[in-house]
Amino acid sequence: MNMRAVKAIYFFEMHRAWRTRLQSIVSPVISTSLYFIVFGAAVGSRMKGIHGISYAAFIVPGLVMLSLLTQSITNAAFGIYFPKFVGTIYEVMSAPVTVMEILMGYVGAASSKAIILGVIILLTAKLFVDYHIMHPAWMVAFLLLTAVTFSMLGFIIGIWADSFEKLNMVPLLIVTPLTFLGGSFYSIDMLPPFWRHVTLLDPVAYLVSGFRWAFYGMSDIDVTVSLGMTLVFMLLCLGTIQWMFHTGYRLRR
Amino acid sequence: MTADLHSGMNTGPETNMPALSIKGISKTYPSGFTALSDVTLDIAPGEIFALLGPNGAGKTTLISIVCGLARASVGRVLADGFDVVKYPLEARRRIGLVPQELATETFETVMATMRFSRGLFGRSPNPDLLERILRDLTLWDKRDNKILTLSGGMKRRVMIAKALTHEPKILFLDEPTAGVDVELRRDMWRMVRRLRETGVTIVLTTHYIEEAEEMADRIGIINRGKLMLVEGKTALMQKLGTSEMRIVLRQALAAIPAELLSWELSLGPDGRELIYAYDAQAEETGIGGLLRQIDRIGLPVQNLHTRHSTLEEIFVNLVNAA
Ligand SMILES: Nc1ncnc2c1ncn2[C@@H]1O[C@H](COP(=O)(O)OP(=O)(O)OP(=O)(O)O)[C@@H](O)[C@H]1O
Ligand SMILES: [Mg+2]
Repeated sequence: MNMRAVKAIYFFEMHRAWRTRLQSIVSPVISTSLYFIVFGAAVGSRMKGIHGISYAAFIVPGLVMLSLLTQSITNAAFGIYFPKFVGTIYEVMSAPVTVMEILMGYVGAASSKAIILGVIILLTAKLFVDYHIMHPAWMVAFLLLTAVTFSMLGFIIGIWADSFEKLNMVPLLIVTPLTFLGGSFYSIDMLPPFWRHVTLLDPVAYLVSGFRWAFYGMSDIDVTVSLGMTLVFMLLCLGTIQWMFHTGYRLRR
Repeated sequence: MTADLHSGMNTGPETNMPALSIKGISKTYPSGFTALSDVTLDIAPGEIFALLGPNGAGKTTLISIVCGLARASVGRVLADGFDVVKYPLEARRRIGLVPQELATETFETVMATMRFSRGLFGRSPNPDLLERILRDLTLWDKRDNKILTLSGGMKRRVMIAKALTHEPKILFLDEPTAGVDVELRRDMWRMVRRLRETGVTIVLTTHYIEEAEEMADRIGIINRGKLMLVEGKTALMQKLGTSEMRIVLRQALAAIPAELLSWELSLGPDGRELIYAYDAQAEETGIGGLLRQIDRIGLPVQNLHTRHSTLEEIFVNLVNAA
């Protein structure tokens, strides 16, 4: 294992984020705060709690998931798309590194950034609501698993995209709807039966549900199913990446 | 290192195995365009090999295949005995690449990208080496500058510096001196020679033919995807080059005097120059006899110069003939 290469890529990517730390932290913190003010305080105060939890507290895991997903995907997609775009990718592609090492570097950095941000948002949430975490170890496990899985998805998108439009399109057209439909802001039980079934096709629903379970011990979907589905999705991404490097898809001429 | 890597050579890696062995490489792009057809070429360790060819000849494609940036449709490449597709890690560890297109990180400092490159190739940090490389390329003063703030020629040198950080045994320079000023170009030539002295094999492409003439041990000429000729530089210049002597007369002639006909001279444009093409390598060049004869018939000579055709002329003739 070429750990030096992994470290080189990882720290290079982290350093890039450090340069833009202000904007990468400030904007998610502001938007999360807005969510809490609007949904938690204003709307939430008129709503009765869900499963005995106040609405403001109910949406905390969903909100963290929302930014974790978006951050993982955009970080990883941009991280690999940018060197492709400016041409510096030649160096990585001609270096003695395996797919796994490249992945560990890029996906590792993208997930680290997303997790740091997730934690910042959790802390921000504390300013607005008093939540507690019932299963902290599971909470961390879901956080990690989600960050890694969706960073892989972002990595795939970054390799696939051959224009900035495509790079932006996927998060906008797919990820945001998936997150909203995935029960970030409501319990799946609250939907009419048809939409409840549609939701079960949405991988994000499993994550949000599992994550919420780690917080409050209650969920729409069984935790083991959540965990299983997330793992399946992760393996799917991993397989796709292997295939991309094996065939040289959009990486080698 | 397994035995089958050196199949066909039962003597092991210490013999004069080529640094680079390109065997029957063809490349057809997905668009259907064939950029290389059946290129076969061996390059010896410590050699400086110049690949010349007009735009679109396939030089970059060939280099990309060796470095793992493109896949050959047919054929294989061994770098230091390692098949670049079967044993990519072993092969790539030995190869350094300076691509033709300028591609540098924008916001990083020169030093940071150097460290990145070395790490990427799995080498342990070596600040002394990085300093030496940067000094050799006159970049040391710029080590803490963001690459964004460098000029084009400096960026090109940063790319060369990056390719040297992992101490490659085989170095590809795809037009390393494009956009580099004369003085620095000479520095770069010096650096390339120094690298060669340490045993590095160098493959370069260039459109400045004098550069190949100055630097290369051997020259390959590629045109429309076919390797037309591979030849030692000196041999090439002797074999395909011609020598020419121009005798400038004090007064113009209307025709070549009958006494000089046996030399097959031609008359310069204004009748004031007699031009004699000869084989500089031949035992008897005919120059002595010609000069004596001119003296005998009393033609007043004002000046005399000889020249040998440049590699550029040879190159242009070859490519045009194809
Ligand atoms: N990705 C690609 N898809 C299709 N054709 C390509 C691709 N890359 C290069 N070519 C074609 O292959 C041929 C060889 O290109 P290559 O870049 O190897 O030439 P070159 O000898 O390096 O030229 P130059 O001196 O201009 O750098 C050209 O005709 C080019 O148009
Ligand atoms: Mg080229």
